[in-house]
Amino acid sequence: MINSGDTAWVLASAALVLFMTPGLAIFYGGMVRAKSALNMMMMSFAAIGVTTIIWVLYGYSLTFGTSQGGLIGDFSHLGLSGTLDQVVGAEGHQIPTVAFAMFQLTFAIITVALLSGTIADRAKYGSWVLFVAVWVTLVYIPIAHWAFASQGGNGGWIIDKLGALDFAGGTVVEINSGAAALALALVLGKRDGFRRDPMRPHNMPLVLLGAGMLWFGWFGFNAGSALSAGSLAATAMINTQIASAAASMSWILFEKYRDGKATTLGVASGAIAGAVVITPACGYINPLGALLLGLIAGVAACYAVSRKYKFGYDDSLDVVGVHGIGGVIGMLGIGLLATQTVNDTGQEGLFINGSFELLTHQVIAIVAVAAFSFTATWLIATAISRTIGFRVLRDDELTGLDTTYHAESAYDITGNSNRY
Amino acid sequence: MKLITAIVKPSKVDDIKRALQADGVHGMTVSETRGFGRQKGHTEIYRGAEYTVDFIPKVRIEVLADDADCDHIVDLIVATANSGSIGDGKLWVTPVETVVRIRTGERGSDAL
Repeated sequence: MINSGDTAWVLASAALVLFMTPGLAIFYGGMVRAKSALNMMMMSFAAIGVTTIIWVLYGYSLTFGTSQGGLIGDFSHLGLSGTLDQVVGAEGHQIPTVAFAMFQLTFAIITVALLSGTIADRAKYGSWVLFVAVWVTLVYIPIAHWAFASQGGNGGWIIDKLGALDFAGGTVVEINSGAAALALALVLGKRDGFRRDPMRPHNMPLVLLGAGMLWFGWFGFNAGSALSAGSLAATAMINTQIASAAASMSWILFEKYRDGKATTLGVASGAIAGAVVITPACGYINPLGALLLGLIAGVAACYAVSRKYKFGYDDSLDVVGVHGIGGVIGMLGIGLLATQTVNDTGQEGLFINGSFELLTHQVIAIVAVAAFSFTATWLIATAISRTIGFRVLRDDELTGLDTTYHAESAYDITGNSNRY
Repeated sequence: MKLITAIVKPSKVDDIKRALQADGVHGMTVSETRGFGRQKGHTEIYRGAEYTVDFIPKVRIEVLADDADCDHIVDLIVATANSGSIGDGKLWVTPVETVVRIRTGERGSDAL
């Protein structure tokens, strides 16, 4: 028996989460220089197209098909076969399997789209499109199976065997993208002029608009992960709001103290860092816990993004610092603050029941996902680099990728350019 | 005739325009430009990374004047553009061979 309220919320959430990827395109597009702004946005749109095709053909099946030893699904739902008349969820809260498949598809899309930020302004477009297909298949799908495919104790190993808690994708989306981004940045190398030339964001209002779209869509991401329209979804939603707001303020407070000014890029980045940290935790901790995690995430991510200059890797738009670090803090936060008063299907953290058990499980999940994601991504990116090449020619990089790859320019700001 | 060219702070352009209009100057041309002098650039901060922007926005003002009016106009622009702080800009005067009003073909002072 399909629950129409739950189904309506999951359908709406799927649309909200899909909206995040164009939002990410705007957020990232504003942050790069004008000469490659369209290319940056096109990377996100390729993620939407390619991932959707893969998801329908075999992605959903390999992620949510019958688990093979907790590591991967099977081929029982190729082409979404055997899903159209099926339902998922507990009795009384059942939704159509296709609604669940659509909702989960939008997670796969945004995760791979996030990676585009680390290699801004210097990736061959065709190589990126190929990378999206291979990465979703070999990295995203296995990890999503581990942490999301609950099958009554016999599903993915993180959710069903280890018992680590990850409400909306702290491992699958955030730590995964952070670790993969580091590997990509190392394989592709630094932008020409990194640390020498000013690489200012070319359009800060776009960055703020994109951050707003992400913040808005994140309610579907987190509250939708309840897969029901009830108090758990409501808690996840208000926790998302609290953490995003708190982190936006703690980021600019830290900035004001360290650099002397509170910046718009800081407030936007802080909001994202807050949404990231609460992603795994939003359905397991109480609102004051969300406030605490948000405040910590804003400061920690603000500090983390400046470390790339010290270590010398060009994670151009700070996927590692914002998503990787934020995801780790959120996963650890569950191990400390999780309480069954919020979610009786969850567990309790160290500060609630004094046991290290959950925290230990969280650490294992973090390390396993980060190690697998980094290694597999490094191998995939290196293989592409050595065969068809991943990095653009220096000349094209200096000219900008918009005209090189797309035969377009983002702006015509002269006003007279078609008269002479 | 002279061509007076001034590079000034963008924030001073309106004051200069009003001062010149009040003084009965016939016309002026402005264009947005960038450069550096002793002021050098300025610093911007993005996610904690400081960037020095070497070329900073200025406005270039050009005024054509009769030899007799030139010193007075120069003094007026300098007085208006001066804020006393570094980065107020520069002004120079160059001789002009002739001026032509395109509509009528008038030449020299008549074209001003």
